[in-house]
Amino acid sequence: MKITLTVNGKKYEVDVKPNETLLDVLRDKIGIKSVKAGCWRGECGICTVLLDGKPVKSCLVLAAEADGSEIVTVEGLMKDGRLAPLQKAFIEHGAIQCGFCTSAFVLTAHWLLSRNPNVTREEVIEAINGLICRCTGYEQIIEAILAAAKYYKK
Amino acid sequence: MDFYGEVVSLTFKVVGKSIPRIDGLIKASGEAQYAFDLEIPGMLWAKLVRSTIAHGIIKKIDYSEALKVKGVVAVVTGKDLPYKLGIYVGDRDVLAVDRVLWYGQPVVAVVADSLEAAEEAAEKVVVEYEPLPAVLDPEEALKPDAPLLHPKLGEYRRAPGFNPIPGTNIASKYELKKGDPEKAFKEADVVIENKFKAPMVSHVYLETMNVIAWYHRDGTIEIWSSAQSPFAVRYLMSASLGIPLHKIIIHRPFIGGGFGGKAGLNLEPLVALLSKHAGYRPVRLLLSREENFYIAPVRTGIIAYIKTGARKDGRIIAHDSTYIFDSGGYADYAVNVARAAWYKCTGPYDIPNVHCISMAVYTNKVYATAFRGFGHMEFHWAVERQLDILAHELGIDPLEIRLKNALLPGKGVLPTGEKLREDAGRLDQCLIEAAKAIDWGKPPEKPKEPWKVRGKGIAALYKGPAEPPNAAASAIVKFNEDGSVDVLVGTTDYGQGTITSLAQIVAEELGLPIEKVHVRFYLDTDANAYTWQTVGSRSTFQDGNAVLMAARDAKRKILEIASQVLHVRPENLELRDEKVCVKGEPWECVSLQEVVFGYTYPNGHTVGGPVIGVGYHMPERRTYLDPTTGRAPDGSPGAPTIFITFGAQAVEIELDLLTGKVEILRYAGAFDIGKAINPLLVKGQIYGGAVMAMSLGLFEELKYGKDGRLLNPNLTDYKVARAGDIPKKMIPIIIENPQADGPYGARGLAENVMIALPAAIANAIYNATGVNIYEMPMTPENILKAIKEQKPELIEKAKKALMEYLEKKG
Repeated sequence: MKITLTVNGKKYEVDVKPNETLLDVLRDKIGIKSVKAGCWRGECGICTVLLDGKPVKSCLVLAAEADGSEIVTVEGLMKDGRLAPLQKAFIEHGAIQCGFCTSAFVLTAHWLLSRNPNVTREEVIEAINGLICRCTGYEQIIEAILAAAKYYKK
Repeated sequence: MDFYGEVVSLTFKVVGKSIPRIDGLIKASGEAQYAFDLEIPGMLWAKLVRSTIAHGIIKKIDYSEALKVKGVVAVVTGKDLPYKLGIYVGDRDVLAVDRVLWYGQPVVAVVADSLEAAEEAAEKVVVEYEPLPAVLDPEEALKPDAPLLHPKLGEYRRAPGFNPIPGTNIASKYELKKGDPEKAFKEADVVIENKFKAPMVSHVYLETMNVIAWYHRDGTIEIWSSAQSPFAVRYLMSASLGIPLHKIIIHRPFIGGGFGGKAGLNLEPLVALLSKHAGYRPVRLLLSREENFYIAPVRTGIIAYIKTGARKDGRIIAHDSTYIFDSGGYADYAVNVARAAWYKCTGPYDIPNVHCISMAVYTNKVYATAFRGFGHMEFHWAVERQLDILAHELGIDPLEIRLKNALLPGKGVLPTGEKLREDAGRLDQCLIEAAKAIDWGKPPEKPKEPWKVRGKGIAALYKGPAEPPNAAASAIVKFNEDGSVDVLVGTTDYGQGTITSLAQIVAEELGLPIEKVHVRFYLDTDANAYTWQTVGSRSTFQDGNAVLMAARDAKRKILEIASQVLHVRPENLELRDEKVCVKGEPWECVSLQEVVFGYTYPNGHTVGGPVIGVGYHMPERRTYLDPTTGRAPDGSPGAPTIFITFGAQAVEIELDLLTGKVEILRYAGAFDIGKAINPLLVKGQIYGGAVMAMSLGLFEELKYGKDGRLLNPNLTDYKVARAGDIPKKMIPIIIENPQADGPYGARGLAENVMIALPAAIANAIYNATGVNIYEMPMTPENILKAIKEQKPELIEKAKKALMEYLEKKG
């Protein structure tokens, strides 16, 4: 079947199989490899993308379910090739090690800070608790998110 | 000192600065390419058929129905791949031949033009087995009537210093003796004996194991792999398959975590051979998380027996230990893990009389390999718990007993008889700083809920790289036309921050801004400089020394060219701010850019040429060890490691006596790393390692059913730490007593941050409750079980406290 997706502002029409996931379509058909996968069953969260503004685990969303929706991946946060404040904060605070989970954390944090720039440490922890990072111990990720919050305040 | 070598200056421009990682941008933007992201046009897909029993003989394989599936290109069995793999003991089949050794072992591979076709065909392969009795516990595997996993153990190839015992399940065994332990135990005021255990665990790197291989018709093999040590993959493939090294090219993109799990040779030879069987077409194999749990190697488990003899004042005079490491079906790195635990068997203490046995034992489980810490977390769990038990028996403070017995530079003697070098790290400083950071000696504050208790614990650690005495590193520093440099190394940065540290060393040495130094992210074995492996926290020290030497070599060449231009001897020139200037007359200069590709006079005559510096590092004065004595082959003291990084880890915990749940309120980790090349990245290692170690200590265990089937092959049933689990406060402490032969004095760190934390947590649990924990992981159920066995009254008291609390609340 044919579906329409808007990915990072660009419209795509793709032919998908009924059992195909949003993850497969983004990576294999549209070619956005910044979306990673670590378990293919919704446990690690590193395939997270924003679907109509909300973080979803793209391995758990059927492509057909996403028909007509707007998807943002980490590339979509950048402007004219410049890094978004969160991406910059992740680099500066040492929140990136192997980098395999980075996109998922950045996107989840963007959703969080867009809704509430006055977050507490506890709220940050709650928001990212569905994602696994095996390298950083989360500490510098939490610091980076809290540091980037000021850019989301009006 | 070498004439051209710069004296290490006291003020560094780049080294010691918290520079954000140089590969940060490409990772934050999502552009970094991992093996998982690569595709080759026309690539085929492989799928593996796994064993459904833990031990048995393969009677028959019928894949006739699989071949009928549309899109299937080849079906391959173990008999088609007659090679033996293995880094230290050549015991491993590419796919199981005749016999399967664990539930989940790959038996058949199917190659098809799509993953779907490969999966469909794999389901149609029928394998018939004749089951044999399986053995899952390494102690059971040592019994004379235990089923034998490798009847041909005596015929396998083995590396020097490894000691398999044919006719048993012992993949390798080691023994050493120092002083006279029998006599010392008789003289001791107190002797205690205990048994400790830790299970097999999974690395849970987020990028699952995956390989693309292309066997070309001209006999060259190209491999793209999520592998930590591409040169080791190349070497071991060459040795096993009999193919010259230059015919094998490993491409190593970014790696989504490794932690030792991708240290050696894994799926690469299988996929390369599948490519050949599929008609020289590129083949991809990507493991799902479940497959990764069943197929990819794991961390060794341990059963440890320790006997300690001490004087009343807390001085330990005798140590006797037996470490039984669970190796699973193959020897892989587990035999070297057991070896590393053997020659460091006492923990970081100066004990005059020692007897140690360590071994890796085959069991019918997936095979074990390196895991960040390389056996040291397992045996430190035993040593550091034992020391607290001794301290309590003698009524001595746990910090004090550690300080009293600590190995100290220039004085302490290691179990192999080697005296600790004078510029080694200072364990006493680490202990004192870590203890101070959690207010050691001050009782913890009272918990808010009266059914909870608090306690403090501390544990010490030491470790150096476990590698052969000739494990080299090398580097190339290549100038470009504009005065920037490309640095080629062999190490893999899968998060540690190594390439940033190496860039800092080159920038410092050549007086360049860090922006002008490019360390190649992606690695190809036919283009990059060689390093033995990326393991053992060796990269900063060894690859760091190699780039330092290469940068100095480049500098010598630059000064030689500039000497001809400025008409002074090279030793009267200095390199700074991208210029070469006459010493004392800083206005007489030539720019770096003018000389690094040769200097051209106005008439066109040119002197010099493109500047390329080369360097290497080779372990110095390190020895092989005799597996029966721990001494060098000539009987002199055994010297296995190029440096030892000492550390101490201290925690304050809160334990819920009703649920058994532990929460870490404060964690302090102090490590003597000689020199922090990049404090930001060092802190990242300390935080990351603490949480990983906490996760192993509190949650993680591969659970096996009686039939040998893995019960938790997914991330729901196999829990790893999430953000909500981390310590409330983490305090990283960097101690810098430089080592003369380290780059700028530095030692390695990435593994040491793991080692003692679980023991520190257990010691804090004792401090809070008086209950001893002997087994990891310290899950709520295991803690409650221990309390019920040792101090059931605590639970009754907690229940009463809860009732009173609820009544008061109304």
